[in-house]
Amino acid sequence: MTGVDTTPTFRWIGARVPRVEDPALLAGAGRYVGDLARPGLLHVAMVRSPVASARILRVDPAPALELPGVVAVHTAGSLGLPGLRARLALPGFVETELPLLAGDRVRHAGEAVALVVASSAYEAEDGAEAVSVDLEPLPAVTDQRLAQEPGAPRLHEDADGNRLLDIQFRDDPGIDEALAGADLLLEETFVSARVNALPLEARTCLAEWDHHDGRLVLHTSTQVPHLVRTTVADVLDLPEHQVRVVAPDVGGGFGQKCVVAPEEVLVAAVALRLRRPVRWVEDRQENLVAAFSGHEQQHTVRAAFTGDGRLIGIDADLSCDAGAYSCYPFSCGVEPLMAAGELPGPYRLERYRVRARSVATNKAPMAPYRGVSRPQITMVMERLMDKAARSLGLSRIDVRTRNLIRREDFPYRGVTGILYDEGSYLESLERCAEALGFDGWAERQQAARREGRLLGLGFACFSERTGYGTPVFAARGMAITPGFDSAEVRMDPSGGVVVRVGTAAHGQGHRTSLAQVVAEQLGVDVGAVRIIQGDTDATPYGWGTFASRTAVIAGGACKRAGAGLAAKLRRLAAHVMEAAEADIELRDGVAAVRGSPGDEVPIRELCRLAYHSSHQLPEDEEPGLYHTAEFDPPGTFSNATHGAVVEVDTGTGAVRIDRYVVVEDCGVVINPMIVDGQVRGGVAQGIACALYEELDYDEDGQCRTSTLMDYVVPTAAEVPPIEIHHLETPSAHSETGAKGMGEGGTIGAPATILNAVNDAVAHLGVEVDEIPVTPDRLRRHIKDATHDKDGP
Amino acid sequence: MKPAPFEYHRARSVAEAVDLLERGGEDAKVLAGGQSLVAMMNLRLARPTVLVDINDLPGLSYVLEEDGGLRVGALTRHCQIEHYPGLLEGFAILPEAARWVGHYPIRARGTFGGSIAHADAAAEWCMLALLLDAELVVVGPQGTRTVPADGFFQGLFMTTLAPDEVLTEVRFPRGYSQAAIQEFARRHGDFAIVAAAVRYDLEEGVIRRPRVVLGGVADRPVAVPAVVDVLDGEAPSGELFAEAGRVAATGITPPADIHGSSDYRRDLAQVLVERALSAAAGR
Repeated sequence: MTGVDTTPTFRWIGARVPRVEDPALLAGAGRYVGDLARPGLLHVAMVRSPVASARILRVDPAPALELPGVVAVHTAGSLGLPGLRARLALPGFVETELPLLAGDRVRHAGEAVALVVASSAYEAEDGAEAVSVDLEPLPAVTDQRLAQEPGAPRLHEDADGNRLLDIQFRDDPGIDEALAGADLLLEETFVSARVNALPLEARTCLAEWDHHDGRLVLHTSTQVPHLVRTTVADVLDLPEHQVRVVAPDVGGGFGQKCVVAPEEVLVAAVALRLRRPVRWVEDRQENLVAAFSGHEQQHTVRAAFTGDGRLIGIDADLSCDAGAYSCYPFSCGVEPLMAAGELPGPYRLERYRVRARSVATNKAPMAPYRGVSRPQITMVMERLMDKAARSLGLSRIDVRTRNLIRREDFPYRGVTGILYDEGSYLESLERCAEALGFDGWAERQQAARREGRLLGLGFACFSERTGYGTPVFAARGMAITPGFDSAEVRMDPSGGVVVRVGTAAHGQGHRTSLAQVVAEQLGVDVGAVRIIQGDTDATPYGWGTFASRTAVIAGGACKRAGAGLAAKLRRLAAHVMEAAEADIELRDGVAAVRGSPGDEVPIRELCRLAYHSSHQLPEDEEPGLYHTAEFDPPGTFSNATHGAVVEVDTGTGAVRIDRYVVVEDCGVVINPMIVDGQVRGGVAQGIACALYEELDYDEDGQCRTSTLMDYVVPTAAEVPPIEIHHLETPSAHSETGAKGMGEGGTIGAPATILNAVNDAVAHLGVEVDEIPVTPDRLRRHIKDATHDKDGP
Repeated sequence: MKPAPFEYHRARSVAEAVDLLERGGEDAKVLAGGQSLVAMMNLRLARPTVLVDINDLPGLSYVLEEDGGLRVGALTRHCQIEHYPGLLEGFAILPEAARWVGHYPIRARGTFGGSIAHADAAAEWCMLALLLDAELVVVGPQGTRTVPADGFFQGLFMTTLAPDEVLTEVRFPRGYSQAAIQEFARRHGDFAIVAAAVRYDLEEGVIRRPRVVLGGVADRPVAVPAVVDVLDGEAPSGELFAEAGRVAATGITPPADIHGSSDYRRDLAQVLVERALSAAAGR
């Protein structure tokens, strides 16, 4: 490893540095795509299909073209551009094309069939209403089980049973006997609803032709600017240097913006044709109905345990609802492959058979959403642990303790071949149980029950593979294989530091935490370090920000590049002060000779020297101060235990969260405030999935949750205070020792809440294995169970 | 999410507003706080061709106590009732209900009269108008008329207001010290899935003149007459309130939507009526 720290304690790593992003964002000085002003800006409105499945007979732009302000109308035919085809080199994968505009067939309600360009957003929407769309409705299928039955409407010719991916991910020929002979065999199905990542800023892009440079410039609200550049250049047949993509401030993504949207390519295509600036601002209704959704999964498992609660084996059938098309470039494989590969989570498992499927239905396509299948598989494992404990009359803590991977097991090779680096699985569980007072819980629960109050306590333990590089994506067989990332660190003559990274924050505060990493290496104030991201003209080619990768991968690249530059600073200091290079330490803005107080030179003087007196440098030194580095790690596992206490109102079916505790371990914490913010936001999103959010489609494929009155997002009033405890097990797979943690909150919360709710109502004979646990559903479960009991 | 084209007028007097509405015809609409109308226009669910903005009308924002009753001007914002200085005798349920109306920005902008004229089936002010025998003062081309709240609500977003009439005031003849409202929504600030408002007088230890109004169980707020027989003349008790809840629930056939099935709404009505009666008894 490069960059051995020469200082005994960290100056910037671990410091509570206020986010440099916040003053502008909080003062309304944020610069989002919707804030950009351009003379003569045109506005795009999409014409979206009102039905879920149809043959397109005719799209007539004429009525729209007669309206004031309407400049152009485009259809698939008038643009003549290919769609986006995600490719996986895996058996059982069926390639589909995500069209930019539907040509002959509509496969989900809200799919764009035409677009209108007008002088104002108002006129564009008037135009979109006026475009005459002649559709011949076809039968739709919205349930992934029904979609696989013989005779179900078929979305894509090549996909038998509408299966876009069907893979026996791992086999275990002897597992049936192993399960059959067990003391306890559980057969269970777990369901999680389709949800929307719901970034505060919906998808938005502005494309323009740069007449000066003769190139296309696309500002877009994305997590992956370089990937968008490659895609736009591919589709429009331009060399990449003729396309610049900029992600300015981005108001959240959560995965919805880590795939390329057809609309981004469309808007670029229109600007290229018209040679005028064009903007599309997705409204909330479009976002709910037509943007990428996530998390709709049904998992059926058989799991066997010994009488003392040891997990023997799991036979799993994992099925994900892909919606109408594969997202680009990750494909519809992203959820089932993640689920199959990582189902065991933090538990030791030896016998494992798993089939993984992705099924096409007439709904908006799925994309990765924060957590990517980990919320669902954590729900599977954690419900199994609670069910086993209850069936076997054991403590929930004991069952988990007997199965968790232990310190001495690390590095642990999982049953699917994944290598787990060290974590604090048992410690996090113990600490969480202690924080929630698990020891006296049964008595507290009983006492409350005597007062007519139903309290429940639930846990979820999970591990989360983060910061994984090229090999992990390559194992999925992705034609476009993400993974590495780069950083370029450059100091200027005044001592200022500019760092260019290929990742692209969309709210995570990378300008702060990456600056801390570099400041630590260079021994300069964090305020002297500026992070440049999100502009393909200004940054090295990179993969953007998703999959909890930036702190590990960009952080690692930043550390390596910073260390390389620090080495040069030390050489210059040694030269200037005629000291040994090994004795130079960089801190607080000076290069000092260790053990020789007062023997120091300001780092900014070394910067002057490197640029303005380069003739005075040692003979073998190049002028200037810069260093570039890449990092492509194997991946590192962060871990956590979440715990919650809830109260169930049997009258209304409402669940109130009284306490929520997170004990997390993301290795070396770069900025505790940012980590805590990520945990809180993640838990809020996980609570949303557990109790509130669900994209509701009727049988005909109409999305009935098309506004925020119907798609119920919890607010500050519904999200409880979240207590966070930190454990710190540095990762050997990560340059900085940090592990990724952007998704963890979302991963742990659904299982935690579901287990707590079940704990509250288990004595009534109620078992709930489906999220969200809406008041209506829970009330029905309680009623059914109580009626059964009172019945004959 | 941009509205279809419309003509916009800002009225300076009630008479001018009525005149503009009359000329605007069937598709003219009053813009008060705009908290429902503007959203519906942006979704193009409402497409008024003429919008008459009454926010500049003088003298329509007030809460006046008069002869034991209360007069509320139509342009009074929800938050003015929420924060009305000094508790009005027998009208504690008004500020209590105001806290259930939307979120603070909605309460700061939305109006009392606008909510009643909009006639959402779960709106607090519509329910209280029925609960407390409100009279609605309406100005139209033929002058001023007063309409009882009972019968005013005709269906989903439908009232007996003519397109060229403006609601200017809501009068509550008297208050009730035993009155309460209970709601259930999945989030604070949402329209209730079901809401129950109750009132009664307590005379010599027994309940007199009881009324129970439910929101969210039909296409308009409804009083539940069957409950009157259960409660009238009885001493308040937990068993009595539970029975009233059961009777209230049997008399309704609520609609289903994605927030709750018909059965669920019936269950909620039962629970909320019981809880509202208990809350009213605790006053």
